[in-house]
Amino acid sequence: MTQVIEKERERSVVVGKVGLTTNYAIAHAVKDVDVDVVAAYPITPQTTIIEKLAEYVANGELDAEFIPVESEHSALSAAVGASAAGARVFTATSAQGLELMHEILHIASGLRLPIVMAVPGRALSAPISIHGDYQDLMNVRDTGWVIYIASTAQEAYDTVIEAFRVAEDPRVLLPVIVSYDGFLMSHTTEPVEVYDTKAVREFTPRRHNTRPLLNPERPVTMGALATPDWYYEIKYQAINALRASRGVIDEVDSEFNRRFGRAYGAVEGFMLDDADYILVTYGGAATWNALEAAKEARGRGLRAGVLRIRLFRPFPSNDLVKRLADAKAVAVVDRAIAPGSPVEGPVFKDVYIALREAGVDKPIVSVIHGISQRTMYIRDFYELYYKLRDIASTGNVPRESLYMGLR
Amino acid sequence: MSELKSWTQIPIGGYITEPQNSVKNKTGSWRTQRPVIDQDACTRCRICWLYCPEPAILELNKPYVTKSGRKYNLTFEINYDYCKGCGICANECPVKAIKMVPEVVQQ
Repeated sequence: MTQVIEKERERSVVVGKVGLTTNYAIAHAVKDVDVDVVAAYPITPQTTIIEKLAEYVANGELDAEFIPVESEHSALSAAVGASAAGARVFTATSAQGLELMHEILHIASGLRLPIVMAVPGRALSAPISIHGDYQDLMNVRDTGWVIYIASTAQEAYDTVIEAFRVAEDPRVLLPVIVSYDGFLMSHTTEPVEVYDTKAVREFTPRRHNTRPLLNPERPVTMGALATPDWYYEIKYQAINALRASRGVIDEVDSEFNRRFGRAYGAVEGFMLDDADYILVTYGGAATWNALEAAKEARGRGLRAGVLRIRLFRPFPSNDLVKRLADAKAVAVVDRAIAPGSPVEGPVFKDVYIALREAGVDKPIVSVIHGISQRTMYIRDFYELYYKLRDIASTGNVPRESLYMGLR
Repeated sequence: MSELKSWTQIPIGGYITEPQNSVKNKTGSWRTQRPVIDQDACTRCRICWLYCPEPAILELNKPYVTKSGRKYNLTFEINYDYCKGCGICANECPVKAIKMVPEVVQQ
């Protein structure tokens, strides 16, 4: 799954293999990169991250200011203020909390503040749900943040470390979300290799003087009104920075590989070399259920493969096109819905546009599943491979999203 | 008006990195009406100067003799580079010495 360059890897950087939930893996990474400020409000399924961070701060393992705020709106606002003053800041939320943060999400990216936030994805009310899907994340897609979707606890741990490097790079200076499955990952214990704290801190050096800060010695104004003469230009800078962040994201991933022996890329392919039928998805489903289904389908002679989207924003169009170009049919499995859209899978739309823009015309199907943690059985993915085979042979491509697992 | 800079030429995030640079923004262009002070009626009470939110009322050490022969050492004038034409000065003037005159587009 992950590329390990053994010869270049200094084994000594791994100090142990421990059982961690993805939430605890995130908290561990946040401690390892030595953040200065954590401002957060508890919400399921994120809560155990900040509980663990509060514990680290209380027992002296992490020297940080822990701000227990009164809402998520305040959590991100406090993060914005601290980041503007030069602190390394972390926060985390899910679902309703992310919605409550929404206006500040735009402010964090607009003010170019390198905040890192963990978002275990959760369904949105109403009806009230605490269970996992990615509706909350899809709703903040256009807020100008770099967005990763991890698929294992190890990857979440690694990605938080990478995220601080990417966010604080003077060529980027944008906030970063590290998302993953609520519950299915956030509360599932997996083996995680944790690294030597010194090595992690060397990898994420402080870069205080590479951006203007709220500093009385050298005063600056942040958040001033921009008249119509200026708003467009300032917004475009951030749009361009997000687009250009891709170079830095790749650079950091390769450097991470050299240092810690792991790299993930923007997309991750499983058995794609000769795959005729490819399922495109994200989060834990990609590396577990979909992959198991692909193996079973291959066992019965169907050339099945899985393409996992790890970097969601900026969207890795070229990588996707390259991997999907030779497939006979593709299905994009979304765990979120864009109601009323021509086709209702939010990531499907991105994949579809990427393929069409590149002049690749092939059957591509939108599938909705796993809403509010509706169980995505291996057999569901398995059936999809056969559906793709039928679609490819008959040419009857469904024009609407397929709602799997719906009674 | 001077040429506006492109997105590549300005600080990121809309930060203002140069203190007091708001003087470069000549807000007088916003005005649709201009206040005009009748120097003979003005009693130099400073109320316009006090109320102007900009502030765009200039207190000048410029002697003035009114038509009725009264001598003043001070003269109040409007800084039309920044006056936005809000009319507060005209409203507050206790002797109605300030009139709001519509700005006329020059032919």
